Amino acid sequence: MGLYGPPNGGKTTLANRICEDWLGETMGSVSRIAHETREIQIKEQIVVKSGNKELMFNLVDTPGIATKIDFEDFMKSGMKKEEAKKRAKEATKGVISSIKWLDEMDAVVVVLDSTKDPYSQVNITIVGNLAARNIPVLIAANKVDLKKSNIEGVKEAFPQYDVIGISAKYGNQLEDFYAALFKLLD
Amino acid sequence: MLTLRFIPYNEIHALSSYDRIKKIVDLAKEDQIILIEGKLKKTEEVELIKRTMEEISDKFKGIEIAEVNPQENKDVQFFQKVKDEVINFLLGDRIGFTVIGPATIVKEIKQDPNKIQLLTKDKKK
Repeated sequence: MGLYGPPNGGKTTLANRICEDWLGETMGSVSRIAHETREIQIKEQIVVKSGNKELMFNLVDTPGIATKIDFEDFMKSGMKKEEAKKRAKEATKGVISSIKWLDEMDAVVVVLDSTKDPYSQVNITIVGNLAARNIPVLIAANKVDLKKSNIEGVKEAFPQYDVIGISAKYGNQLEDFYAALFKLLD
Repeated sequence: MLTLRFIPYNEIHALSSYDRIKKIVDLAKEDQIILIEGKLKKTEEVELIKRTMEEISDKFKGIEIAEVNPQENKDVQFFQKVKDEVINFLLGDRIGFTVIGPATIVKEIKQDPNKIQLLTKDKKK
């Protein structure tokens, strides 16, 4: 199962939450600076339990998909020029990896920042490609702990998919999320 | 000076997917804003993103892209888009149009049913 979405949506925070809940360990580092995850990360054989039911899957955390990467944006976050250029280069390779891995997915959770406009072309392209490949999709509208969060906006944008509002950072509504995972992967 | 390059459906769809994407990226790298009649296939969109990432440099920072279908409102447009994904998977679509701009010039593309706004970046002194 893959975690896909634009940068800074909270994919790795959610991956860490899932791994902490069911493996007792984290998956990757998180940062306020975009493109913190620049390589595919995999945790194998995660077992989620609900009552008598068990669900086992390999979790793939992917770099955020973007249409533009500017090393100067990283410099605005305090990085030196060479470090920013290196991060930008790695970020471009990360986006390419994410796209290449699309064909390997049996199911995908698209992680979106619910405080942002869900109608971005990147979101449309990701969901459109998953639909075209007949890959089951669950939308995680993340960051519901923030005031600007608009889950209804995400639901309106994706009326044909299950949308679960969560806060991966604080663990809000994770029960609903795991219940939706059973539905997605069953 | 901004250059807007219009590409009619017949011109873009006469090309193979590879050449179509190459043409778009090449024009974006020349700092042109591209207005394409119709839409790319979803698989071409990810291929466009992939190719764009391969071309990113100090000078070329990527693209902004938006699809516009003026005949439908925002909700219906998106719903219709996803509903038609499989149908359009192989056929593509000539309804609406696609706007692509180099990220060094176009900061953001905002769309609503009746208009499209290209927010451009200030030229550095």
